[in-house]
Amino acid sequence: MSTSSSNRGISRRGFLKGAGVTAAGAAIGESAVVAFAEESAPKGPKIVGPKPLSVSLKVNGAEKSAAIEPRTTLAEALRVNLDMTGTKIVCDRGACSACTVWIDGTPVNSCMTLAIDAQGKDIRTIEGLAMGDTLHPVQEQFIEHDAMQCGFCTPGMIMSCAALLEHNKNPSLDDVKTATSGNLCRCGTYPKVFDATLAAAKMMKA
Amino acid sequence: MNNFEWADAKSIDEAQSLMTDASAYKAGGVDLLDLMKEHIAAPKRIVNIRNLQGFDQIKEDGGVLHLGPLLTLAQIADDKTIRSKWSAIADAAANAATPQIRNMATLGGNLLQRPRCWYFRNELFPCRKKGGEICYAQQGENQYHAIFNNQLCAIVHPSALACALVAHGAKLELSGAKNQKREVLLEEFLTLPSVDLHRENSIQSGELITDIRVPTPRADAKSIYIKQGEKESFDWPIAEIAMVLTMDGETCKSASIVLGAAAPVPHRATEAEQAITGKKVDEQSAGAAAKAALATATPLALNGYKLALFENLLTRTLLQAKGNA
Repeated sequence: MSTSSSNRGISRRGFLKGAGVTAAGAAIGESAVVAFAEESAPKGPKIVGPKPLSVSLKVNGAEKSAAIEPRTTLAEALRVNLDMTGTKIVCDRGACSACTVWIDGTPVNSCMTLAIDAQGKDIRTIEGLAMGDTLHPVQEQFIEHDAMQCGFCTPGMIMSCAALLEHNKNPSLDDVKTATSGNLCRCGTYPKVFDATLAAAKMMKA
Repeated sequence: MNNFEWADAKSIDEAQSLMTDASAYKAGGVDLLDLMKEHIAAPKRIVNIRNLQGFDQIKEDGGVLHLGPLLTLAQIADDKTIRSKWSAIADAAANAATPQIRNMATLGGNLLQRPRCWYFRNELFPCRKKGGEICYAQQGENQYHAIFNNQLCAIVHPSALACALVAHGAKLELSGAKNQKREVLLEEFLTLPSVDLHRENSIQSGELITDIRVPTPRADAKSIYIKQGEKESFDWPIAEIAMVLTMDGETCKSASIVLGAAAPVPHRATEAEQAITGKKVDEQSAGAAAKAALATATPLALNGYKLALFENLLTRTLLQAKGNA
């Protein structure tokens, strides 16, 4: 998978921030100068776009960057700019949850999240769930229980179920139903999804 | 979705300095992005207020519960303090939308979201709310529309939290330019189409909700929220009820009853409140109060079913409140 990671190491902004802290120890005046330099003229908050700009995203632990417009959703940035097509776009309105990813450990709709707004956050996608060749227990049990048919809802469904098990080691059937209540599956795989998730919970406790 | 400028505000002052008539504030962004994708909104600039610090707090202080406008619905649903005395608010949040959206959507944005009416949301229908001449719901597919105050524009207010907050007598703190603050009852802040055809509230240009203030109910009060959808998983309500009731034994001392998915604003069922107050709550009095609540309804061609639904739901909720007393 291609990763154009340009933002590794020291960025200009990060350098100035670091320099500011050092300067503040020595003299308040110097730190004020650095702070001004950081904000840069004209004064006030930074307005970006509508032209494309470089956006840095931390996806599955790796820093990646892409030149995107502010209107680009996280789902589009993942699929189009970062070539990570595991995350699916179906309704594109937050109604089906096929695009579910975790931001800072919490499942959200990547189709209703702007990529620019996900900077500085820890993004986890379906590609980052397995540990190398070892599948996540939820993935393993989805296969074991045949919990998919056409497979289009599956990445989002798995991200919802895996998030549940991160926060609840001993889920009831109702907990699984609630966790997947936003994930639409038109093939109707729900009973097998529930079985697979409960089996994964057992597997993770063992 | 149109393209736009983006600015990430670090303070209320900064957010307001970035605001123009062609701009939009964004908190969770769920409703705004939806409106933009449907070409109902096209701001030239988005002012991101999601990262403002200190506006996601929950604090009870001096008989008032303060809720920060940037709290997510999930945070409200999970909070023990809110659940202890304001369970209608916690349940309204817990039953709204999907888990994913509850993790993103904020309280402030939830109160200010635009209606879900499919004629309003579809750019091909230049409806009255969007400045056109016609309310298409009057003669159209109106099974999910209002049964009260529906003559001009038949939207139902989309916020379940607004129903629970109105039942609890919540107020909003609104902050305008130059740190000018005003406090307004949520019930008065949300307005009918007869007041403003094109908007659902009286927020002023540039204003932000900076605090949601909910009185602490009496220790013996019951706070209840019930939602009826067409299916158990993610769905909009076809009827919902928020209620704060105080009882003296089996007698109702006071009642605040709000019907949701019923009118263009959370609908205060004053007739039901009057009918049940001072009465022993039993099947007969609860049924009579529920009938009184629906007596002034003006259903459209396809939503008459809501009358029976609300009547049964309200009767059941009153009896449930009594059971818990």
